[in-house]
Amino acid sequence: MKFSGFKVMQQALTGHRGWAPLWRNPEPKPAYDVVIIGGGGHGLATAYYLASNFGITNVAVLEKGWLGSGNIGRNTTIIRSNYLLPGNQPFYEFSMKLWESQEQDLNFNSMVSQRSIINLFHTDGQRDAYRRRGNAMHLSGAGGEMLSQEALREKLPFLNFDNARFPIKGGLIQSRAGTARHDGVAWGYARAADQRGVDLIQNCEVTGFRIEGGQVTGVETTRGVIGAGKVGVAVAGSSSRVMEIAGMRLPIESHVLQAFVSEGLKPTIPGVITFGAGHFYVSQSDKGGLVFGGDIDGYNSYAQRGNLPVVEDVLEGGMALMPMIGRARLLRAWGGVMDMSMDGSPIIDRTHIDGLYLNGGWCYGGFKATPASGYAFAHLLATDTPHETATAFRLDRFARGYVIDEKGVGAQPNLH
Amino acid sequence: MLIPHPLLGLRDAQEFTYLGDASLMSRPAPEAGEAAFCDYVFLRDNPAGVHRELWFHEQGDRSWLVVTRDTVTHEILGAELASDYARSSS
Repeated sequence: MKFSGFKVMQQALTGHRGWAPLWRNPEPKPAYDVVIIGGGGHGLATAYYLASNFGITNVAVLEKGWLGSGNIGRNTTIIRSNYLLPGNQPFYEFSMKLWESQEQDLNFNSMVSQRSIINLFHTDGQRDAYRRRGNAMHLSGAGGEMLSQEALREKLPFLNFDNARFPIKGGLIQSRAGTARHDGVAWGYARAADQRGVDLIQNCEVTGFRIEGGQVTGVETTRGVIGAGKVGVAVAGSSSRVMEIAGMRLPIESHVLQAFVSEGLKPTIPGVITFGAGHFYVSQSDKGGLVFGGDIDGYNSYAQRGNLPVVEDVLEGGMALMPMIGRARLLRAWGGVMDMSMDGSPIIDRTHIDGLYLNGGWCYGGFKATPASGYAFAHLLATDTPHETATAFRLDRFARGYVIDEKGVGAQPNLH
Repeated sequence: MLIPHPLLGLRDAQEFTYLGDASLMSRPAPEAGEAAFCDYVFLRDNPAGVHRELWFHEQGDRSWLVVTRDTVTHEILGAELASDYARSSS
């Protein structure tokens, strides 16, 4: 079924009885050309691009739980391409371009809203760092402008400009950034992949790899053995657990990141605002809730919940930035498990086992990367060469000394 | 989370700074070679379940502890001074 405004009106007039499920629920076949482990945003996007751009449709996506049950449904929905380093920025800009055409490509309303992101600065040093970052963004065609304090006062009059510790002096804005409906993105990719023949197999946990002579030949699952020409692992948060089954140790620690949403309020925040100095960022959803978050809790965790000290820290950051937030009630808080890599950047690469490929290490930045991650992983799976924007995301970059460390804090994952 | 400090009793985890896996205490020998150091610096077991890890009591007595904690439930199963742990495990 093709979605359109006309279809919505027609269904409205006929009692909405004509809608069909978005995807099939097939039994696993004995073997596939490509098996993707992980039915989250990245895995589903990979399957979609394999089928749509690389002509590989004999593909299965294996998901332990239900589709989109991990971080694609637990993030704060921000899309942006305002990175600094040459290994990262072109990739995220490629992702931004894919976001811009995503709804038409998938025929699905993923509610991509380019409402801008503003990074605030408080000192001359931060201003210079953001100017440099803005220049790096321009090199990749991502745009970006410096905003004066006056311009900010006009756009965001509710900010606490005269905070004694972090007075707001200006900001870097990327107007093309914004938000998207996070689980809608998973559903859109799932539906589009299914339409192109991909089998989406839920409640199917991978328990082992079949490896013969250094070549992967299939996976063992709770629903039987499934043969595979190639296996792509896209299970960020649990990458270490899955790759351990294949005997690999990764440059990754799993950490919990919390996020929050307030009760619904009238429109007040026009875009995304980040207050890095205070460990706080915020946007407002289309339903009116303020969606915000801060730092990871900072210790290894596979629990999809965090602890109260970080809740307090994030809310203090919010109060420091925009005291009006104190009048809003907190509606929900939740946590997701992040693959925190040793340099804060992701991994999309082959492994030493032929036919086994890894996509992970997304830290707390995986959502915005969903389209490009899927595209680049599909490119790698289909052609055995990295996509031109993802050549730096190698697994051996740590051994070779080519880390991509945006923050420059070294091999200390809880500081990235 | 409350960490049972062996000398000071239960202390709020907020007083501590987290470093990571306690295996960081066993640094390779200087002549062990690049590959051994690369593994030491970058690779982690990252288990789901019981994890021994280093916490520094920065806002307390500035001792290093080895805390045994479950990464799935956040339950803290024990804590000892890192110096004692090093002696007992060597």
